[in-house]
Amino acid sequence: MSNLSRRKLIYTGLAAAAGVSGLSVAASLAHKCGLVPPDHGGLYGLGETLTYASQRLLTRHSFAREFSRSQISERPMANEIAPLSEPFKRLQAGGFADWRLTVDGMVDRPASFSLDQLKSYPSRSQITELSCEEGWTYIAEWIGVPLSHVLNLVGTHPQARYVVYFSIEPYWWESIDMADAMHPQTFLTYGMNGDVLPVGNGGPLRLRLPRQLGYKSVKFITHLTVTDSMKKFGKGLGSASPEGGYAWYAGI
Amino acid sequence: MGHAWAAARPDIPLARAHAAVKIPGCQMGAPSGTIPRVGDTACIPSAVSAVPATTVTSRHSALVRVTHWITTLCFFALLVTGAEIVISHPRFYWGETGNVLTTPLFKIPIPSSRSLVPTGYGYVLPDQNGWSRALHFQSAWIVVLTGSLYVIWGLVTGHFRKGLLPAKSDLSWRGISSVIANHLRFIRPSEGDAWSYNVLQRLTYLFVIFVLFPLVIWTGLAMSPAFVSAFPATVTLLGGRQTARTLHFFITLALTLFLLVHVALVALAGFRSRMRAMVTGQADHTRRAHE
Repeated sequence: MSNLSRRKLIYTGLAAAAGVSGLSVAASLAHKCGLVPPDHGGLYGLGETLTYASQRLLTRHSFAREFSRSQISERPMANEIAPLSEPFKRLQAGGFADWRLTVDGMVDRPASFSLDQLKSYPSRSQITELSCEEGWTYIAEWIGVPLSHVLNLVGTHPQARYVVYFSIEPYWWESIDMADAMHPQTFLTYGMNGDVLPVGNGGPLRLRLPRQLGYKSVKFITHLTVTDSMKKFGKGLGSASPEGGYAWYAGI
Repeated sequence: MGHAWAAARPDIPLARAHAAVKIPGCQMGAPSGTIPRVGDTACIPSAVSAVPATTVTSRHSALVRVTHWITTLCFFALLVTGAEIVISHPRFYWGETGNVLTTPLFKIPIPSSRSLVPTGYGYVLPDQNGWSRALHFQSAWIVVLTGSLYVIWGLVTGHFRKGLLPAKSDLSWRGISSVIANHLRFIRPSEGDAWSYNVLQRLTYLFVIFVLFPLVIWTGLAMSPAFVSAFPATVTLLGGRQTARTLHFFITLALTLFLLVHVALVALAGFRSRMRAMVTGQADHTRRAHE
């Protein structure tokens, strides 16, 4: 009996040691391969990391579902937005003629683009679903220029890891990793359903990211920054969402 | 059912026979399977004469117990956080899309944590979605990993075949209806049932493990925009993302119903002994003198 329990104890100890060292090896490997999200700390870091790592491995090259024209929602749902700020209203009064998108950070040629310039680049469209974290959805045709086109124009540095994007509205910013930033369906969107993108849906310029929940598709984009670390931005959690308790990676 | 359990369950180690004092007189008139309680004044052991033993034996293996309680914790976390997430949009739809501009399949008549949802209430509840979502997905990860371990272990060791697959002879309508009749008449389970599951229990557990849990995981994954980008059939087979969400809700209701019935029946069958079996692994099996 005592022999048996001693053997059991040794086996349990060995298994625990193997488990712990296996976990630490896995953790350092995950860090190296870019499988750890900026908001990996805290109580729910385990879940966030497991989701991000597994989906980064599974979905690096997959495409969000695209729908037929007949499936486009009759009325594209415009989520409520707080009263828009004065800078936005001023640009809106001028028909967004002076809207600029500045791109800086780890790029060879920092630049500033007008909406007309963005519209002069090869235009793409996708009929994809916007899924809100609350549970509701709608399908629309989104028209814009792939973010990768703009990033290639400015030339990102090889050590770039994230693209941070800011709304003209204060405290509204997000970031994505390079896999999402260079994904063909990640758009700087200026049109919807054959028309200009309505303000309610993020016009004049919205970053569209159909493989993640709606809150990652930030409205009224004016600024992109390319970086190798999220530590310098806000609280270092990757975006405004984790600061408000929401996941940085919203592919779920 | 008789006492075929002993032969039918070679996996149960019949071990550790603790001698427990049993007073034959106390059995008189007591319902079958009732064990005299400590403090029952009529049963103070005045004479230690004929001493049939109460055998305490392992009922549930350590793996079953650990995975059972991890699953319990995760299920509660998933249920509470799932309810919180539903509160942000207590409307359900069928098909691919749905929002406040479209007609719902049904609404839950509760206030919402979002002002955009027309609920008829004059107030908006505080937003709890951030931590709810984080805990929901973390619990989902833990329960999926725990459940996978349990299922693989169960298949390898023959736990499902021996412990949960009903015997062919029990699968008759008669066998099932007699169990149902006993349940409806609140007849307490016989001693053998402390050891082994009756046909209704077996079918229910198999349904929960192999139908409801896989379905709730499937419908959950079908709502992930990234997961379905890699595996679109996950959602297209169901008929759309809103259908997946609605099914996820109904399967949760089914699992909750199972939980309530499960706890009620544990209480009826003997809360302390059943809890002891699932916590320490040991179950009382009272050997009666005349057996």
